[in-house]
Amino acid sequence: MKNNPFRLIYAVPYAVWMLLFVLAPILVVVYYSFFDLSGNLTLGNYRNFFSSVYFKLTMSSFWYAFLITFFSLVISYPTAYFLTKTKHKQLWLLLIIIPSWINLLLKTYAFIGLMGLYGPINAFLETIGIGNQQILFTDFSFVFVSVYIFIPFMILPIFNSLDKINPALLDASKDLGANSWMTFKRVIWPMTIDGVKSGVQVVFIPALSLFMITRLIAGNKVITLGTAIEQQFLVTQNWGMGSTIAVFLIIFMFLIMVLTSGKERGAPTNGKVK
Amino acid sequence: MKGIISGAAAILIVSFILLFANYQLENRQGHVGKDTITVYNWGEYIDPDLLKQFEEQEGIKVIYETFDSNEGMMGKIEQGGTSYDISIPSEYAVQMMEERNLLLPLDFSKIPNFRNIDPYFTDLPFDPNNKYSIPYFWGTVGIAYNPTLLDGQTFESWESLWDASLRQKLILVDSAREVLGVSLNSLGYSLNSTSLQELKEATDKLETMGPNVKAVIGDEVTQLMINNEASVALTWSGQAADMISENEEIDYIVPKEGSNLWFDNIVIPKTAANIEGAYKFINFMLDPEIAAQNAEYVGYSTPNVAALSFMDEEIIKDERFYPDEEAREHLEVYENLGLETLGVYNELFLKFKMGLR
Amino acid sequence: MGKLSSLPRIYLAVVFLILYTPIFYLIYYSFNSGGGMSDFESFTWEHYQAVFQDTRLLIIVMNTIIIALLSALLSTAIGVIGALAIYFMRNKSMRQAVLSLNNILIVSPDVIIGASFLILFTLIGVKLGFASVLISHIAFSIPIVVIMVLPKLQEMSTSLVDAALDLGASRKDVLTRVVLPYIKPGIFAGFFLALTYSLDDFAVTFFVTGNGFSTLSVEIYSMARTGITLTINALSGLIFVITMILVLGYYAIGNRTKSPIQGVKR
Repeated sequence: MKNNPFRLIYAVPYAVWMLLFVLAPILVVVYYSFFDLSGNLTLGNYRNFFSSVYFKLTMSSFWYAFLITFFSLVISYPTAYFLTKTKHKQLWLLLIIIPSWINLLLKTYAFIGLMGLYGPINAFLETIGIGNQQILFTDFSFVFVSVYIFIPFMILPIFNSLDKINPALLDASKDLGANSWMTFKRVIWPMTIDGVKSGVQVVFIPALSLFMITRLIAGNKVITLGTAIEQQFLVTQNWGMGSTIAVFLIIFMFLIMVLTSGKERGAPTNGKVK
Repeated sequence: MKGIISGAAAILIVSFILLFANYQLENRQGHVGKDTITVYNWGEYIDPDLLKQFEEQEGIKVIYETFDSNEGMMGKIEQGGTSYDISIPSEYAVQMMEERNLLLPLDFSKIPNFRNIDPYFTDLPFDPNNKYSIPYFWGTVGIAYNPTLLDGQTFESWESLWDASLRQKLILVDSAREVLGVSLNSLGYSLNSTSLQELKEATDKLETMGPNVKAVIGDEVTQLMINNEASVALTWSGQAADMISENEEIDYIVPKEGSNLWFDNIVIPKTAANIEGAYKFINFMLDPEIAAQNAEYVGYSTPNVAALSFMDEEIIKDERFYPDEEAREHLEVYENLGLETLGVYNELFLKFKMGLR
Repeated sequence: MGKLSSLPRIYLAVVFLILYTPIFYLIYYSFNSGGGMSDFESFTWEHYQAVFQDTRLLIIVMNTIIIALLSALLSTAIGVIGALAIYFMRNKSMRQAVLSLNNILIVSPDVIIGASFLILFTLIGVKLGFASVLISHIAFSIPIVVIMVLPKLQEMSTSLVDAALDLGASRKDVLTRVVLPYIKPGIFAGFFLALTYSLDDFAVTFFVTGNGFSTLSVEIYSMARTGITLTINALSGLIFVITMILVLGYYAIGNRTKSPIQGVKR
C-alpha cells in the first residue's frame, strides 16, 4: 500500500465515465437482446445467431480481421523501428498520424478513384506491362484500405515501446556475440511486446466491426459483424437481433483481451507488492 | 510536466478563440434569438439560394440540418430533444412515422399552393388524403447503362440482367427491397409481396444472378457510372439523372415488367416548434417558380405540375424521368410491410450478399 | 542516431507515399473546373472561393475543430487517470476485467454507441447540441488513451516509484515528477489518436447532435446521396495545408528552444 501513490479519489471521473458510458449501454444492449420485434421476451435472437448465415458471417469477419491485423503489424513494425532511427523522429511520427485527420469518407472516395479502371494505379500497371486489373471490390482492395486506416494505430504504440530501448543494451548484445536476428529475438522483441499487444488490440477489435469500407471498397462482397449490426439497427430496425450480435461481439472482445493479456511485465503485482 | 500543462493551456486558448469566432459568425448570420425554423433534409437536396430567398421574403431564419438515411432521421425525431420543423422522408418512412405518431396532420388552409401538385401524385396509398405529407420529388427504379461499354445489350426486360454477357459488370444498390424487387418483378409478383413462397422463389432466382454482380453499393454508383468505371447499374431515377447530366453516353430505362414508384415527401414532425413558420416554408416551396428552380438544381422529377411550365422543355419532355400515364401504369408504390416482413427481406438479401464472390 | 541506410529510407519513403497519396489525389481535384473527382478539365480556384463564401460550412468546420481539441484534451486527462487506476490495481483479475470493459467502446459499432448515448442524453435531459456531442466524443475517446498510456506505465520500473517514495517525495510529487514525465509519449499518442477518433466520427455525432449543431463528418456523409461537391475537397486541402504549417512551425520553434536541454539529457 505504501508504494501506491495513487489515491482512489482521483479515479472518480474515470469511474463515472465507465458507469454511464460503458456499463449502462451494455445493460441496455443485453436487455434488448432478449426481445423480439413485437416486444416479447425471447431467446430466439440467440438461436438465430447460430443459424448458418450469422455463423458464417462471424467466421469470415474474424478471418478478415486477422488478415488486416497481420498485414498492419508486418508493415508497421519495421516502419516504427526505422522511425526511431531518424533524426526528427517525433516529427515523422506526427506526419504518420496527420493523414488520418482528413475525413475518412473523402479518402475512401479518393481510393475509389485511385484504384479504378482508369485510375493512376491501373495506368501504372498498364505501362509496366501487367495490364488493366479489376482492383476495386476485391479482397485485396478491402484489406489494403483497411490496413491503410489502421496503420497509425499500430505504429504509435510500437514506436513508443521501441523508443525507450536503451541503445547500450543493443551494443551489449552485439558485444556478447549475438547476431542481429538474435538481438531482435532475444532483446528487442520481448521489450516491445506490450506495444505490439496494444497495437493488435486497437486494430483487431475495431476490424471486426468495420463498416462503410465493406460497402465502398469491397462492394459488400465482404460483410463484417459491424455491418450486420448496422443493418439490423438502421435498416431492419430489429434492435433485438442487432443487440444480440453486439453481445457476441463484446464476448469475442473479452476473449481476445484475455488471450493477448498473458504475462504482464513490470506491473506492481509482479514487482515488490505482495 | 511543464510540456503537458502548457500544451493543454494552448489547446484551451485556441478552442476559446474559435468558440468566440464561431459566435460572431453565427451572430452575423442572425441565428441567435430570432424567428427560426429548422429544416431536416438529405444533404444537397435543396437549392441553397431558395433558403436565402425564403429568409428575406418571410423574415424567418432557416437552420438547415442533414441526415443520410430515413431510419436515422426517424430515430432522432422519435427520441426528441431537438426541434425539427420540416423533414423529408421517403414514402414508406412517412407510413412508419405516422404509425409511431411522429407526424402532425397538415392544415391545407395554410398551404394554398398545394393545388399546384399534380392530382396524380396526391392521395396515395401510403398517406390517404395527404393527411400528413406532400410529395417533394418522385421517381422510379430502373437500369442505368452505358451502351458504348456493352455489346449491344438492351434492357427492355429485367431478365436481361441475368444475361451471361454481363458477368462481373452489374452494380446493385445496397437495399433489400430494390434488389429483391428485380426478381419479384421479373417473376410477375408484386413488389409488396409478403408470401414467403414468392420471396423464396425470388431469392433463388436472384442467387443465379450472383456471377454477374460486380458490387453492391450505395450512392457511390453515380461516380462510378460517370467515370465509365461501371457499365450497368440498378439505380433510382434521380441518381440516373445525375449520371446523365455528367456523362451523356449513359441511358436509363424502366423495364417493361414494371418497377417501383417512389416519393420523398415534405412533412411536419411532431418535434416542430415553429409550426406557422413550417407552413410558410411548405407553401413557399410549392410555389411554381420556386419548385421549378429547385427541381432544376436538384435534378429530380417534381410533382409540381404548375412548375413544369417554368422549366426547360428538354427536361419535362424526357420520358425517362417524366414518364406518361401509360408508362406509370406498371409502377407500384412501396407499402410499409411491417418490421417482421422487412426483416425477412433483409435476411434473404444478406444471404444473397454472403454468397457473392 | 540520424543514420539510416538506403533500404530503410526507401521503405519509409514508400510508407509515407502510400499514406499521402489519397490526400494529394483529393487536393489535385480540388483545382478541377469540372464537376467531380475524375477527368481534370482545367485549373480553377473557384472551389476555394466557394469555401470562404459558405458561412455555414465555416461554422461547421470550426465546430469540428473545437470539439476535436476539447474532447481530445479532456479524454486524455480522464484516460490517463483511468490508466493509472488500472495500473495501481492490486487484484489481477479485477484489473483484467476493468481493462476489458474499457475496450468495449472501441469494439462497439458506432450505431450502437450513438443510439445508446442518445437514449442516455434524453433520459438525463441533456440538450442535444454542442454539449452532447462534446461529451460523446470524450466518452468514446477515453479507451484509446488508456490503451496508449498503459504500456508505458507497465514498462516503468516499480523501483522508480519506490525509490522516490523512499527518498521522501510526496505522493503528488511522485505522480507529477516521476510517473507523468515517464509516460509522456503515451499521453501524446493517446491525445493524437483521440483527435483522430473525434475528427473521423460520423455515426455517433449524427445521433447525439441537434439544434443546428453539426460537424464536418455529418455534413459530408449526408451529401453522399446527391454527390460530394469539390468545395469539400478544397476545404480538406485547406485544412491539410494549415495543419502541416502548424505542425512544422510548432516543431521548428519547439526544437530551437528545446535543443540545448535535450543535448544535456542525451
